[in-house]
Amino acid sequence: MRKKASAWLALALGVGMALSGCSSSSSSSDDANQGSQKAGEKLEIFSWWTGAGEEDGLKALIKLFQEKYPDIEIENAAVAGGAGTNAKAVLASRMQGNDPPSTFQVHGGAELNEGWVAAGKMEPLNDLYEQEGWMDKFPKALIDMVSKDGNIYSVPVNIHRGNVLWYNKKVFADNGLQPPKTFDEFFQVADQLKAKGITPLALGDKEPWTATHLFETVLLGTLGTDNYQKLWTGELSFDDPKVKQAVETFKKMLGYINEDHSSRNWQDAAQLVAEGKAAMYVMGDWAKGYFVNDLKLKVNEDFGYVPTPNTDGKFMVITDTFGLPKGVKNSDDVKKFLAVLGSVEGQDVFNPLKGSIPARIDADPSKYDEYGKQTMQDFKTAELAPSLAHGSAAPEGFVTKVNQAVNIFVTQKDVNSFTDTLVSAAAELKK
Amino acid sequence: MMVETVNVTTAEKATAVPTVRKKRKWTADHWLAAVFLAPSVILIFLFVYGFIGWTGYVSVSNWNSLVPDWSFAGLKNYQYLFQDFRFQADLRNTLVFTVLFIAVVIVLGQLLAILLDQKLRGESLFRNIFFFPMALSFVVTGVVWQWLFNPSTGVNLFLKPLGLDSKWYTDTTILGGFQWGKIEFGVPLAMIAVVVAAVWQMTGFAVAMYLAGLRAIPDEVREAARMDGATEFQLYWKIVLPLLRPITASVIIIMAHISLKIFDLVYAMTGPGANFVTDVPGVYMFETTFRGNYYANGAAIAIVMLLSVAMFIVPYLVSSRKGGS
Repeated sequence: MRKKASAWLALALGVGMALSGCSSSSSSSDDANQGSQKAGEKLEIFSWWTGAGEEDGLKALIKLFQEKYPDIEIENAAVAGGAGTNAKAVLASRMQGNDPPSTFQVHGGAELNEGWVAAGKMEPLNDLYEQEGWMDKFPKALIDMVSKDGNIYSVPVNIHRGNVLWYNKKVFADNGLQPPKTFDEFFQVADQLKAKGITPLALGDKEPWTATHLFETVLLGTLGTDNYQKLWTGELSFDDPKVKQAVETFKKMLGYINEDHSSRNWQDAAQLVAEGKAAMYVMGDWAKGYFVNDLKLKVNEDFGYVPTPNTDGKFMVITDTFGLPKGVKNSDDVKKFLAVLGSVEGQDVFNPLKGSIPARIDADPSKYDEYGKQTMQDFKTAELAPSLAHGSAAPEGFVTKVNQAVNIFVTQKDVNSFTDTLVSAAAELKK
Repeated sequence: MMVETVNVTTAEKATAVPTVRKKRKWTADHWLAAVFLAPSVILIFLFVYGFIGWTGYVSVSNWNSLVPDWSFAGLKNYQYLFQDFRFQADLRNTLVFTVLFIAVVIVLGQLLAILLDQKLRGESLFRNIFFFPMALSFVVTGVVWQWLFNPSTGVNLFLKPLGLDSKWYTDTTILGGFQWGKIEFGVPLAMIAVVVAAVWQMTGFAVAMYLAGLRAIPDEVREAARMDGATEFQLYWKIVLPLLRPITASVIIIMAHISLKIFDLVYAMTGPGANFVTDVPGVYMFETTFRGNYYANGAAIAIVMLLSVAMFIVPYLVSSRKGGS
């Protein structure tokens, strides 16, 4: 009997050892260089700004801060990965483990409010806003995006526009085409380009958020801002005929994309447009940063931009914000950093490099390029709509499910099954 | 990988201590052994079994947001999984990947080992060439093969002039497809590209194992066969390969547990892929848990993965225990 028992014990031990042996390689490297710094009371700035442009902007911001506060030591804890997919995973495990960074990048809207604020992990920043006199310096709609139940929880540093259609100027000029303003015009232009053997629309959905990004601009263009907003409050159902119409349009657009879309990321897809292999590209205006900084193209010479079809006067807003997590020891230092982040000086040193526009309405337009100036103007006048793909409109869990549904839809193109999935996922939205 | 086999034997030794106690008195040596082993036994119970248990508990809870919710959900999360298109596709992909990967590794491993065993010059050089990919991380392999198989670069630059326009891992075709539940059952073509990368990385390990096995077969056996008039082919087919069977069993076990919980290679190389043709439970688990914040669903995926690995490992450990003592 004893022998049998010990055999089972050996078996159990063996299974455990074998299982644990191989799985450690992927996780250990991430954990090793994080979290150990808190004892030194460094100011740890957590973000996913590691790409060209955005990293420069962050470094300029840190430099500005250190000129003002040379005594505070800063640690740039950026985690690489498109649209923050990896960083968010690292952040989630650190927050769950009560080891928050001093301050971290979070998209304004549901990602902040339904995520970290709802989980009780954030400190309100109302006093900071009053102390700095920010209440009338940021647009009210924007402050609402970073507020929950009357408390403000983060400081917006920039604004990106999601609904931009980038196009290759040379390709359009050579074929005598005008950039499309409506879906009808889009399909006319696309047919003409297709006939010439040029891919009309570039897509790189190796990471499915890019396809979701395209879909949300179609949703906004088809529904209009009001109805689009109602989707997230549950007032408009996803099986509404208007949504189905948007899905049909989205499906039709997918007939014009490059064949190798699933092997490309968003930069690879942007490259197709830069090289003239594809004519149009729907992407947020960080694509401009990529065109200008990495590919050395010129705004309005090599590439042009218009709002995506039917979204003139609408502004799909994506805002990066920084907040103060609960349980941070050096919260005074963090507030000093947030104050710099929200100042005109801070926004104007960061945004021209990152390729975004300032969140403050009183920033200096002369520091921005042609695209930036026009977008700053649009931002003041346009109807603001929160982005789904970038976590402003709905919580991360819902976004993940939409990304999954979109991934399947891009191949199967089954409108009913797609809307069914959206409807069942949306059951979680109504609270 | 070698470490694990060592671990298993130390684990057996650890438990051999109490069986010995009945026969003999505990000497200082035994106490010393127990003292030295105790910390690792305790740590393993805590960090392996403790956390397996904890994951199991999370998988039957309602914790599907950033706010922990420990209320009991029953098998709801598992039910959701098995009805989920993505998870069904994952199971199909894992099965296809495991079967193809293990079959190719074994065949190639035996073939290369037999060729290497011909006492050729520069053998150690070849051995290193075959074994070298093992030194790389799966992430590196994934990135490299992603470039090689990219439809517009890599090997396709050579294939296109030949009239072959392969889409490799971007292909969404599923071969032999018949509908089963929500998914098409068959071999996703894109998965083959991933299998190639995995085979490239792991074949060297099988070669090393088989080479060791071949060297362990006494020359007398071969000479006897030759004396009896066996051809070289018969010699290998009828005598050498059957003698290598225990090694094949080890290779299958080791490769199976790698392939059933593969994550890094797929994550770096293709991600979930269009229509989830290259998705595997590991990737799904990562995205569900750490991006979607569906902790209970993620834990359920992890438990299913654990059980699938256990299906291979447990019978092996039971049989090797019987054979060993």
